Amino acid sequence: MRIFFAIFIFAIVTVVSILGFRGSLSTKPPLEVFPDMDRQARYKPQAENSFFDDGRNDRPIPSGAVARGNYLNYNEVFSEDFVDLRLGDVAYNKGKHADDTFVQTLPTEVTYANMEHGRLKYEIFCVSCHGAAGDGNGVTKPYGVLAASYHDDRLRNESDGYIYDVIMNGKGLMYGLSDRLSADEAWSIVLYFRALQFSQNASVEELTPAQRDLLGI
Amino acid sequence: MANVFPKWVNTIPIKVIVAAILIKTAVIAGFTYYFTPKYTRVGYAPTQPVAFSHALHSGQLEIDCRYCHTNVDRSEHSNVPATEVCMSCHSMVRKDDPLLAPVRDSYASGEPIPWVRIHKTPDYVYFNHAVHVNRGISCVECHGRVDQMKVVHHDKPLSMGFCLECHRNPEEYIRPPEEVYNLDWERPETEEFKETAVGFVHDWKVNPPQSCSGCHR
Ligand code: HEC
Ligand code: HEC
Ligand code: HEC
Ligand code: HEC
Ligand code: HEC
Ligand code: HEC
Repeated sequence: MRIFFAIFIFAIVTVVSILGFRGSLSTKPPLEVFPDMDRQARYKPQAENSFFDDGRNDRPIPSGAVARGNYLNYNEVFSEDFVDLRLGDVAYNKGKHADDTFVQTLPTEVTYANMEHGRLKYEIFCVSCHGAAGDGNGVTKPYGVLAASYHDDRLRNESDGYIYDVIMNGKGLMYGLSDRLSADEAWSIVLYFRALQFSQNASVEELTPAQRDLLGI
Repeated sequence: MANVFPKWVNTIPIKVIVAAILIKTAVIAGFTYYFTPKYTRVGYAPTQPVAFSHALHSGQLEIDCRYCHTNVDRSEHSNVPATEVCMSCHSMVRKDDPLLAPVRDSYASGEPIPWVRIHKTPDYVYFNHAVHVNRGISCVECHGRVDQMKVVHHDKPLSMGFCLECHRNPEEYIRPPEEVYNLDWERPETEEFKETAVGFVHDWKVNPPQSCSGCHR
């Protein structure tokens, strides 16, 4: 019996020392105990594909391709009686008119919901560089990102279409965010951008007495 | 007539029973401990091609998850960011750091960075990120404190039992939607909050599927 206990304890100790405990970090891929139909031959986003030379499943857009429904070929793709104000609207999608001049004012509605939407998106996509107040003091400033402050006269006088263009296509050191923002989101950000500019450039006279009371000034 | 068997033989059945019970317990304990996703998956932390740290980027710099994982609230798939997203900062921050060489190479050549995937549900399971995060289920519930991880590891088992645990009582996990991306938010342990959570689930008609066809479609 003593021999049995010795072997028993020894076996447990060996197993535990080889397999370790739950939750310990390991760089080995998880063992699939019964890999029934866990991995099937199917396409998944961002997955690998040995069929293509570069191994990518999500194919890059071939050069010269034009997305269907894009404003560029709108009239060729859709029949004449089909009208989609958003898809066919060059000003809305590019922030520019057909003659390459910037859109002066927001083509979207100015509503509170739209402003809130803009704030949410601003706090995701812009704060880390431009800071919550839009003064260029984001968290990344000490590390070398020299983002512009929104509070100068040139930017106050720029058209809304110009700001939209900066957001989507970038300018100078800033990369465009068209890969991550839809036109609708970008226009809401432009709206919130204007609110930020106003917040740092308003005078006390513009407030009603009630609002002044609220702020204690 | 002398005894054919010596006296100690009488104890054999007991010894055999004790040994059998011990072995059986050890084997069962071993299987339940080692042969479930709690052991096989949790702790998987592959070495990534770039030493990208969430503890730095999300924890310290507080970049929102959606700056990089942009599609998490828009689609079923939560994407790993394109190289361009890294370059939007790293074209200015640590421009010449050798740690970031693979990022710059990838940007120059257009070849993606070969990130190693960590979380993988089996292909017969339907999973959707947007329905969860837009309904107040935070990343922490399924991925743990990513914002404190230097190297991302598999933190939760993501087994069927794990999913159902929450699908049966969503009110114990749900939180206000504006706190979903704030991983260090703590649930207030008050009766009042519990009631709000139950109210939430009721008013929004949060109804996670428990039938097989909900997840195996
Ligand atoms: C990765 C950091 C970064 C992010 C994120 C970022 N910016 Fe910028 N932004 C910059 C930098 C750097 C400049 C200065 C560019 C220059 O002058 O070369 C700039 C400049 C600007 C300008 C001024 C352009 C001009 O004409 O001088 C505007 C307007 C602007 N950003 C808006 C935004 C908005 C809106 C967002 C969010 C959707 C955003 N930025 C996100 C870094 C960033
Ligand atoms: C600066 C960009 C960035 C931000 C911000 C970011 N991530 Fe990530 N995340 C990545 C990259 C790149 C990877 C792939 C490399 C890796 O696994 O470390 C990744 C991987 C992950 C993974 C593992 C994916 C897999 O392979 O299964 C999870 C989970 C994750 N991130 C969650 C989060 C959460 C939650 C947040 C917000 C707190 C967040 N991330 C913020 C860039 C980012
Ligand atoms: C919003 C800006 C921003 C984005 C986007 C960003 N980083 Fe960073 N990253 C930083 C800052 C700031 C540092 C800190 C630099 C320092 O400490 O000097 C840093 C540091 C790093 C480091 C060095 C970490 C160390 O331990 O020294 C690596 C590697 C890195 N980032 C990789 C990435 C990758 C990969 C991505 C894309 C998924 C990415 N970063 C996206 C701002 C960013
Ligand atoms: C209800 C659970 C749950 C929640 C909440 C959740 N995830 Fe996931 N996540 C998963 C599962 C399951 C997978 C594996 C998906 C698959 O195999 O298709 C995954 C995969 C991922 C991946 C890897 C995708 C890839 O292709 O490499 C990333 C990145 C990720 N999640 C980020 C996030 C972020 C960021 C959040 C919060 C905003 C979040 N997740 C919230 C369960 C969840
Ligand atoms: C922390 C809680 C939680 C966890 C963990 C969780 N879920 Fe859910 N899930 C929910 C809630 C809440 C809903 C209901 C959303 C609604 O009613 O809109 C939901 C809905 C769903 C749906 C229905 C989506 C649709 O389109 O109708 C599927 C499928 C699903 N979950 C799969 C999973 C899988 C697979 C896992 C495990 C990897 C998982 N969930 C883990 C909370 C959770
Ligand atoms: C909340 C979503 C959800 C629901 C509802 C659900 N499952 Fe699952 N099921 C899963 C997930 C996730 C896995 C993968 C588990 C893993 O990989 O560890 C799974 C795996 C399985 C497996 C394979 C187990 C294996 O390891 O081979 C079977 C069989 C299964 N489910 C049957 C069912 C049946 C029967 C029902 C209805 C009573 C059901 N499931 C309902 C999410 C679900």
